[in-house]
Amino acid sequence: MSGFGGPTRAPAWVTHGLVPLINLALALAVAGVVVALIGEDPSEALRLLALGAVGHPEAIGYTLYYATNFVFTGLAVAIAFHCGLFNIGGEGQAYLGGLGAGLAALAFGDWPAPAAIPLAVAAAAAFGAFWGFVPGWLQAKRGSHIVITTIMFNFLAAALMTWLMVEVLIEPGRQTAESRTFAPGAWLPFAHDVLAALGVDMGRSSLNLSFLLALACLGLFWLFVWRTRWGYEIRAVGHNEEAAVYGGISPARAIMLAMAVSGGLAGLVGVNEIVGVHHRLLLEFTAGYGFVGIAVALMGRNHPVGILLAALLFGALYQGGSELAFDMPNVTRDMVVVLQGLVILFSGALENMFRARIEGRFARRARAVRAA
Amino acid sequence: MEAVSWIVLIVDATLRVSTPLILAAFAGLFAERSGVVDIGLEGKMLGAAFAAAAAAFATGSPWLGLLAGIGASVALAMIHAFACVTHNGNQVVSGMALNILAAGLGPVLALAWFGHGGQTPMVADTARFRPIHFPFADRLSDTPFLGQIYSEIVSGHNLIVYVALGMVPLAAWLVYRTRFGLRLRAVGEAPEAVDTAGISVAGMRYRAMAVCGVLCGVAGASLSIAQNALFVRDMTAGMGYLALAALIFGKWRPAPTLFACFLFAFADAVQARLQGVDIPGVGVVPVQAIQAIPYLLTVLLLAGFVGRASAPGASGLPYVKER
Repeated sequence: MSGFGGPTRAPAWVTHGLVPLINLALALAVAGVVVALIGEDPSEALRLLALGAVGHPEAIGYTLYYATNFVFTGLAVAIAFHCGLFNIGGEGQAYLGGLGAGLAALAFGDWPAPAAIPLAVAAAAAFGAFWGFVPGWLQAKRGSHIVITTIMFNFLAAALMTWLMVEVLIEPGRQTAESRTFAPGAWLPFAHDVLAALGVDMGRSSLNLSFLLALACLGLFWLFVWRTRWGYEIRAVGHNEEAAVYGGISPARAIMLAMAVSGGLAGLVGVNEIVGVHHRLLLEFTAGYGFVGIAVALMGRNHPVGILLAALLFGALYQGGSELAFDMPNVTRDMVVVLQGLVILFSGALENMFRARIEGRFARRARAVRAA
Repeated sequence: MEAVSWIVLIVDATLRVSTPLILAAFAGLFAERSGVVDIGLEGKMLGAAFAAAAAAFATGSPWLGLLAGIGASVALAMIHAFACVTHNGNQVVSGMALNILAAGLGPVLALAWFGHGGQTPMVADTARFRPIHFPFADRLSDTPFLGQIYSEIVSGHNLIVYVALGMVPLAAWLVYRTRFGLRLRAVGEAPEAVDTAGISVAGMRYRAMAVCGVLCGVAGASLSIAQNALFVRDMTAGMGYLALAALIFGKWRPAPTLFACFLFAFADAVQARLQGVDIPGVGVVPVQAIQAIPYLLTVLLLAGFVGRASAPGASGLPYVKER
């Protein structure tokens, strides 16, 4: 899988800036054609989308709230890519992460927040990590293909959660499959409450302190991947497994580690959703965020800075898309799903179509400059 | 007597559920035997289900609906081939992209064209593939055993069910007994050998993806204009992935794949019947446990705990000609 984040001779701004932008422009152009086909004005749709995403304080809050999820799932996909693995199981790992967060919050909600919340975060990461580790272990020790196993684990997670919610965790007397609301000790504060205490009014949104956790994860991700021995081993296996073995690295260990970290990161979506927003366990709170992570990682070229930018972009698209539906009833958030598919197509599947050509051009120029 | 009709109903439901599974799994078989991994079965089915329902509603003809479904699915298959074969793109990424694209595009177009939310309007009965009743089926339905089997299991399915069952031996013959099949299998195992023999690897893979597209198209149409009478959001509900699981469980071979499709469909039929039923000595089996069986079996198989599955040698690897 040398295509992902592999070394090139082109300047960094071309590989990490120009090429993703061209791919995004292509995806937007095709989505624009679809918008035009259904009889709406693409440029007007784009304007409304941008306005809905960042036009007022609440909108910015929601954009950042969505971006929080996408940072977690984007990093999850990226760490697996660094090891040459494709983790499609972000959705299931996020689901399990939410379960872990919810169980911890139900159990320790009476405790003071400084104790309850770290426990919930740790449980989310641990449950998600477990759901990523098992496919990793099966890949490393039994040779089961990670793509298929993680797909299956998504369905197993869904079946497990449905059973637990319908039969076990449901609050007695409730019609919908939801647990009781957590005790307030396990509520992660909303950003608008925190800012109000500081005298800033930003309007109400779902944005909560998980966003800070996401920012911390971005930094830690960089340290882990490029500044630790584990990160080195993971990248070495991803680049060339045989060379890694020759260098004394155990690919099995690197694969299991990468998948556990990947699952743990995806599991943190559960913190944002369950501990941060809903304050109770419920079904289907992952809403496809795990799959958005694929687009985010591909666009962000598996680097924390790129992932942050891509997550903000997709956060804006999700938030703008839902506002757009009010003004253009024909263009719903499904349009954003279309765009998401196109981004994955252009910056992932069709990356060789333009990347080599563009980078080749700049690489030649760079060589020519050096020679002169 | 009670037991017989119970079994008849289960078998009947198994046949119905297995039809799109069989078609999609065999679509995957053609793709993967040629060396192209296709996790986009789900998206192709979904796209076809939408196109079939939309066209059948607009024209009033099930045949034009089927044709539109096949067209949509083949178009998606060709994008996959373009990305994976022509541009050596990552096959899993491409399949995922198409799944997500189709999941979004169907509801978008449905809303814009029909204004019914993310679904199409109901398709009239005349624009659908209706159950075909064989001669004397009604009169024999009261005859115990053989009559019941004839009227419930043999007769009374829509055309696509019979087409799917008829396609299986045809596909097996095509893959194992024809020149096309030999080349298909060779291109999936050792593309360099095929290339050396002067046959275009890319050409073979494009052809395989076209067959894959056609079969997924029929599978999608069977959902929206045969089993149901409209397209709704996410109506495939993971069936494309289940078909992929069946293909792997069947070790990429026709007969075991067919068996796996029946097994998974049977689990689904039993699960629907067992809801809330108290089995003596066991208690109420959670529906979700039975639903999880196919996925669990596939994981166990891939892990080598239930036999060994080995994929075609060159599957997932782009073929780059030596220069």
